[in-house]
Amino acid sequence: MNREQLVEELKQQIIEQLNLQVKPADIVASDPLFNEGLGLDSIDALELIVLMQQKYRIKLANAEDGPKVFQSVDTMADFILANQTTQAG
Amino acid sequence: MSMQETAPFWINAAARISGHRAYRNQELLLDKQGIRTDEFLLELYNRLGLEYPKWFKMDRLSKLGLLAAELVLNPPSDHELRNPFEWGIVLANRHSSLDTDRKFVDQLAEIPSPAVFVYTLPNILIGEISIRHGFKGEQAFFIQEEFPATLLVNYVSSLLEEGITHSCLIGWADILGESYNATLYRVSRVREDSVHSMPFTTTNIYQYLYHEQGAVS
Repeated sequence: MNREQLVEELKQQIIEQLNLQVKPADIVASDPLFNEGLGLDSIDALELIVLMQQKYRIKLANAEDGPKVFQSVDTMADFILANQTTQAG
Repeated sequence: MSMQETAPFWINAAARISGHRAYRNQELLLDKQGIRTDEFLLELYNRLGLEYPKWFKMDRLSKLGLLAAELVLNPPSDHELRNPFEWGIVLANRHSSLDTDRKFVDQLAEIPSPAVFVYTLPNILIGEISIRHGFKGEQAFFIQEEFPATLLVNYVSSLLEEGITHSCLIGWADILGESYNATLYRVSRVREDSVHSMPFTTTNIYQYLYHEQGAVS
């Protein structure tokens, strides 16, 4: 799966996991997920951590990294690709 | 003079959602048979024209209770556009949050959903209604086998007599599987100029609760 496909998959999974009433096309990959972006809250943040672990088998080692990793769909995709590469290597 | 004529407090609106029918006072707003409960609740959400995306994230107890609250609180009356601390919410049900508890237990084999976990208490429904309508007053949620009309009348009358609480959303919101019932009442110190206003008594509570057509005689 290339990065573009991963970004589209992430959009769909975020919508399903968080029961959002938007379409994938409504989500701009570079827009913030929290506050002014999709307006996600702290429980949604926990759901995204679960999503990352269940779907991609990637654990967030440091909680402090959360705000950076979950800043946008783009940053989530970068984090997944980086960690999958690490595991493969 | 009968007890009803001397009752100091008033039920100014009532709503009932059960058996795939939704009533605001005596008016049948939606009757949709042959569908699942989840589908019916979504139909009612759409029928009421709500635009509240958070509703889709709630558990079924909160979805049900929020819709019933919407029926009795909207449109808000002039009498009751008051200080948020003057609004109380006192609810009861039989199955607590068991409907969601089961869902959470089913997930324990894998990683349980935090969004499901936060609804494993029935009083979260009170929180959801409070957030939606801005209420900040007295709150209580009782778990009882049957609708505790006498308890609610006594408890809420005490709140209203104390002087801070002016109006109160009271009633029953229960769901387990495909079985559900939400019957809520808007109670106040003030009688509204409405044909639906009636004295706040156990008799009137029961009459609305058990009348097959949702009507109050």
